[in-house]
Amino acid sequence: MQDLLYFIQQLINGLTIGSTYALIAIGYTMVYGIIGMINFAHGEIYMIGAYTALIAITGLTALGIAWLPLILIVALVCAMIVSSSMGWAVERVAYRPVRGKHRLIPLISAIGMSIFLQNYVHLAQGSRNIGFPALIEGGFRFGSDDSFQTSITYMQITIFATTLVCMTILSLFISRSRIGRACRAVSQDLGMANLLGIDTNRIISATFVIGAALAAVAGLLLGMYYGSIDPLFGFIAGLKAFTAAVLGGIGSIPGAMLGGLILGVAESMTSGYLSGEYKDVVSFGLLILILLFKPTGLLGKPEVEKI
Amino acid sequence: MAAHNLKHALFCAIVTLIISYPILGFNLVSEGIDVTLEGAKTSTVLGVLFAAVIVFLFQLFRDNIMGSLRQLPAVNPLANRKPMEQSKRLKLESILLTLMIIGALIWPFIASRGAVDLATLVLIYIMLALGLNVVVGLAGLLDLGYVAFYAVGAYTFALLSQYYGISFWLALPIGACLAALFGLVLGFPVLRLRGDYLAIVTLGFGEIIRILLNNMTSLTGGPNGIGGIPDPTLFGMEFGRRVKEEGNTSFHETFGIAYSGEHKVIFLYLIALVLAVITAVAIRRLMRMPVGRAWEALREDEIAAKSLGLSRTAVKLSAFTIGAFFAGFAGTVFASKQGFISPESFVFLESAIILAIVVLGGMGSQMGVILAAIAVTILPELAREFSEYRMLIFGAAMVLMMVWRPQGLMPMRRIHIELKRQE
Repeated sequence: MQDLLYFIQQLINGLTIGSTYALIAIGYTMVYGIIGMINFAHGEIYMIGAYTALIAITGLTALGIAWLPLILIVALVCAMIVSSSMGWAVERVAYRPVRGKHRLIPLISAIGMSIFLQNYVHLAQGSRNIGFPALIEGGFRFGSDDSFQTSITYMQITIFATTLVCMTILSLFISRSRIGRACRAVSQDLGMANLLGIDTNRIISATFVIGAALAAVAGLLLGMYYGSIDPLFGFIAGLKAFTAAVLGGIGSIPGAMLGGLILGVAESMTSGYLSGEYKDVVSFGLLILILLFKPTGLLGKPEVEKI
Repeated sequence: MAAHNLKHALFCAIVTLIISYPILGFNLVSEGIDVTLEGAKTSTVLGVLFAAVIVFLFQLFRDNIMGSLRQLPAVNPLANRKPMEQSKRLKLESILLTLMIIGALIWPFIASRGAVDLATLVLIYIMLALGLNVVVGLAGLLDLGYVAFYAVGAYTFALLSQYYGISFWLALPIGACLAALFGLVLGFPVLRLRGDYLAIVTLGFGEIIRILLNNMTSLTGGPNGIGGIPDPTLFGMEFGRRVKEEGNTSFHETFGIAYSGEHKVIFLYLIALVLAVITAVAIRRLMRMPVGRAWEALREDEIAAKSLGLSRTAVKLSAFTIGAFFAGFAGTVFASKQGFISPESFVFLESAIILAIVVLGGMGSQMGVILAAIAVTILPELAREFSEYRMLIFGAAMVLMMVWRPQGLMPMRRIHIELKRQE
């Protein structure tokens, strides 16, 4: 019984982390699906979202506002606005001029952008990690008092719920709205979409903005969940999310969600049963194995090499 | 001026404000567990506003600015010159190289101890950058985990000397070969992957190596690293004040000169110099050999190269292995220069710096890469007050290079045969 409870606890922790990875992974997968480049700076955009949210929360608290939903919503909106603008600007400055050149050139540009943004926040806010207030406390507990107890915190429930809402809105947006339809058209064939009168530049900007907004949501949630942030924490999270995107099949939005959840569970099982230090090794190892044996991922389409 | 322009300019200016003001304008200060918010200095706020105005004006008059820029007489008079004749260029290049080597040889005897130490570091970076240049510049494989091979070289030497007392000269080939072996073993499965996937896999590999070094505490000392790495010896002569190992003599006693700590620094510098020259020459030869041409052929057009009978795996693997080999070389020298290594020295940023050197210098161009390595290592030392902006400028420089001059500052030029026009 106790083992089962422990297992369930790890599962819950894994799904919590995994659903935030899925939120970040959407940004990678949408950009890759449309212009075929890895947006290396996406992890930094997520980090900037977390910083903005913290600044908003601290500012509101200093103003004497104590009503929790208001604080959270304002922080979320601020983070989404700043991150989306950042995503838009990054695409405009670093990616659009190099679009269509040799594959390595946008990637190197993206790495440069990632280093730039990391140091931008580092210089502005210092390199030390800063405590993120846990605004949502408490939770449910299962199991008897004298043995191991499985707990689901309200924070975890918030993370699940928010992710679910975001994913639903995104799915509806992609399948129903005009821009969503255009996104799908552009990802199938950019040139043809252009001929049919879709402003492809606009659509590409839109994918960056959507991805960045979702990353900002993840930034706020994970910041609260972990309890502290620093300028470097976007890098690893970005890599994890990229792994999730590849795992699910890059370019596929349901794939990113699935990949995020699987990765989160795998990681949490490693820290639960082996050692917390090796969880990064496991996720990178997983990434390498997938790329070696099934580069298209779980839900991806095989890519045909054209001459 | 169209209203469209005005709208766009206004939008850009607002975006500039949004992305810079919240991050720059408010400082999070943590005291204990409390976090408070402070407004930034007035100068920062004014700077942000100024930047927004600049962006607004630039976007507003963008067409005019771009138009007048184009009409300006060429700012760079060299831009339109004819490319130098090959024979002339080669001659110039060899003169320059000779001068550089002579300068490098004289350097330790005229410069201060700190300057020589810095020069050793520059040479290590030159080795690393030349090695990565083979992988990225010539073979076109983006390796973001190059620092892992550097770590393998350094840790090989450190561990061998700690457990078996093996000296620098023996560890040098072992470290390099072991790094090459790692390259081979990693390269074999991953080189089938497409360019950007390869980049991520190598990045993951680099991180795995670093995490392992950090966590295998019993073997590698974990985050504390390994200290007490011995200095290289010259035919059994040690450079310390006292001889540490039996059977060795000390350098200053053999030659009957007073002991000086500088001897060791200079000796290390000379070793690094010799190894860097060996690296440069070896790669230069390789570039002109069939395997070097195969690297470039594969970079330019994989399908065409395959259809001409090149084995994709073998060619890529050779580039990857050779690159790793030289990283191992550099790692051994680094370990012996520092006398102490820890996983801190082998983070992803290090890979990014080496990549930045290759990109700035011009992918594939040896001369460019060497000059870029010198510049990237020395400039931050010269401008110490700007040292915290170093990485910021690095990142920006990488982006700007890709946008404006993806071929680098000194692009690679192939050796070719020029046909004389019949008069």
